[in-house]
Amino acid sequence: MADPKSGNTPSSDVLVRLDHVERHYVMGHTVVRALDGVDLEIKRGEYWAIVGRSGSGKSTLLNLLGCLDRPTGGHYYLGGTSVGELNDDEISEIRGQRIGFIFQSFNLIPQLTVLENLEVPLFYQDIDPAYARQRAVDLATKVGLDERLDHRPLELSGGQQQRVAIARALMNDPLILLADEATGNLDSRTEQEILALLDELHSEGKTIIMVTHGQTVADRARRVLYLRDGKVEQIVKNRESAIHEDAVLEQ
Amino acid sequence: MIRGSTLRTVRLGVKNLMLHPLRSFLTTLGITIGVAAVICMLAVGEGASYEAQQKIKALGSNNILLRSVKPAELETQQQSSMAPQRYGLEYEEVEILRETMPAVRVVVPVRELNKSAAYGEFQVNVPVYGTTEQWMSVSGVKLYEGRFLVEADSRYSLNVCVLGTHTAGELFPFENPIGSDILIAKKSFRVVGIYGPRDDSESGALAADGIVIPIESAREYFGELEIRTSAGSREFKMVQLQEIKVQIEGEGNQLEDNVVATAASIRQLLTLLHDQPDYVIDVPLEKLQAAKEQAQIWQIFLGVIASMALVVAGIGIMNVMLATVTERTREIGIRRALGAKRGHIISQFLVETVVLSCAGGLLGVALGIAAPMIVEAASGMKAIFVPSFAVLAFTISAGVGVLFGIYPAWRAAQMDPVEALRHE
Ligand SMILES: Nc1ncnc2c1ncn2[C@@H]1O[C@H](COP(=O)(O)OP(=O)(O)OP(=O)(O)O)[C@@H](O)[C@H]1O
Ligand SMILES: [Mg+2]
Repeated sequence: MADPKSGNTPSSDVLVRLDHVERHYVMGHTVVRALDGVDLEIKRGEYWAIVGRSGSGKSTLLNLLGCLDRPTGGHYYLGGTSVGELNDDEISEIRGQRIGFIFQSFNLIPQLTVLENLEVPLFYQDIDPAYARQRAVDLATKVGLDERLDHRPLELSGGQQQRVAIARALMNDPLILLADEATGNLDSRTEQEILALLDELHSEGKTIIMVTHGQTVADRARRVLYLRDGKVEQIVKNRESAIHEDAVLEQ
Repeated sequence: MIRGSTLRTVRLGVKNLMLHPLRSFLTTLGITIGVAAVICMLAVGEGASYEAQQKIKALGSNNILLRSVKPAELETQQQSSMAPQRYGLEYEEVEILRETMPAVRVVVPVRELNKSAAYGEFQVNVPVYGTTEQWMSVSGVKLYEGRFLVEADSRYSLNVCVLGTHTAGELFPFENPIGSDILIAKKSFRVVGIYGPRDDSESGALAADGIVIPIESAREYFGELEIRTSAGSREFKMVQLQEIKVQIEGEGNQLEDNVVATAASIRQLLTLLHDQPDYVIDVPLEKLQAAKEQAQIWQIFLGVIASMALVVAGIGIMNVMLATVTERTREIGIRRALGAKRGHIISQFLVETVVLSCAGGLLGVALGIAAPMIVEAASGMKAIFVPSFAVLAFTISAGVGVLFGIYPAWRAAQMDPVEALRHE
């Protein structure tokens, strides 16, 4: 954003601040409180996991964080910008420039090739197509799919599709990478590969927030947010960089 | 950058349409037929208008024709006495017209006689026109041989005549008529020339029959009294001139204005001069204008009917696009999640509709150029293709694309991203 609207901004390395955020769905006479007063602060470069039972509001929270949805109460500041006050075009711009999404079901566009799928985010930023193409090739290489550029998503395995999706999420060099059960549709070996890729991105300085069911997956994150019925149950700080220590031990 | 991204949006649209070639083609077909129908109908209208105008133009759109007619009262009145019925246009009116009408080039009196003409054993019954040397310029004929009347012929009431080609052929099957004398109602006239039609149009064929003599000679030798015998009763009538042809000067719009103004003045003048309705005024230009208007209304009517096909085609396109939008809900959600604004989604789907309808429009134009020829060959109806019809029809088809594409595109853009992503 060229002109970020400033909220009551905390220190600059706080990327995300939720101020008693609510997301209520009104269904006739009943109100579903998918999120019910969530306070949260996420700093630049952190690696978070959101854990909770089905229906606890994990996806709802992640969609809010990714500016796909708006809170019905409270305030959400992203890099100092109060998201709730933006209009649809401004919010779309934030998604396009600051957010990278990774979905459980990959969500690649089936009729486009790998390369074309990678180019989609930059298309909406009016970025030089030649640059976009180069970046797409670079990122495809980074996730190990430089051989598959002209394949369509259905010609790839699930793990490969998710790699494409990760590369696509990186195209706009986002502030935050959001992953909603990114490994939920994959077998455990592929899951490990994808998680390793996320670890690598984290070590390169990306802020990552992922939703997961599995405790072992959550353990790789530095911080784990436990959600229950739309409320924060607890936030657990894992030991600083457990993965790194594992890696050292293996050596 | 705007142009570049538009181009890419169009390319994306074409690509998406090519994923379902049959569906796209069938959707397009309606537009194709509609556009072809519009062009064809306009061409048929144009053809009809052209034919009507040609007919009237042959009468001379710079002419005003005054004709004597028998008033209705005289028609029903029993003719008891020998007193002749007097009516119609008169010699002095020619002078009045010449002197009072400003924009008039020539005023040509025509006295039409029913006399038989003979040369030796050959005899014909053709109209004999007593008129002036200017007759040729107002009658759509040209000189074939010899000379036409000159002013002196009338001044001295000379016994000269000019024959129509057809009449000349009948009277002189074996020799050149120029210089020979023929008998018109037992009076001798020398043939000085032969005239005939300027082209081979219908009215031209009529002009090939007849004999033209100086008007003063006609008056002197044959008088004004005409006696007609029919079914046992005798009819006496006195008519000085059967016709006065007035030719107006000017070019283009100026001419049209002059014709209209002069026609009005002549009408006024004749109402003053005549106490009975024994004349008619025929203004080919007014008929031409009326015919043009008529043809235009007809053409618009045909065009509108054919445009209905385009509207129906547009509804078909909208239907298909609505289905496409639903089918691609998830893609819309993905694109929105990746930063597409509502405007991007709108233009993506709108471009697809417009590409569809324009492709149909182009095919339709091709068909529409060919169709008039087919119509002409098959039905004999005249159809005239004018490039602006193609431009018009194509523009309508593109407009239909935009009009009927807006709603599906808008629907796509209004989708909630989260719900669109959850759609399966
Ligand atoms: N569009 C909606 N309308 C009504 N209720 C909704 C809507 N979306 C979500 N909810 C409700 O909000 C609550 C939280 O849903 P959410 O999808 O965030 O759960 P989750 O933690 O992601 O579950 P899971 O692990 O199964 O994906 C649920 O009770 C759900 O029924
Ligand atoms: Mg979920």
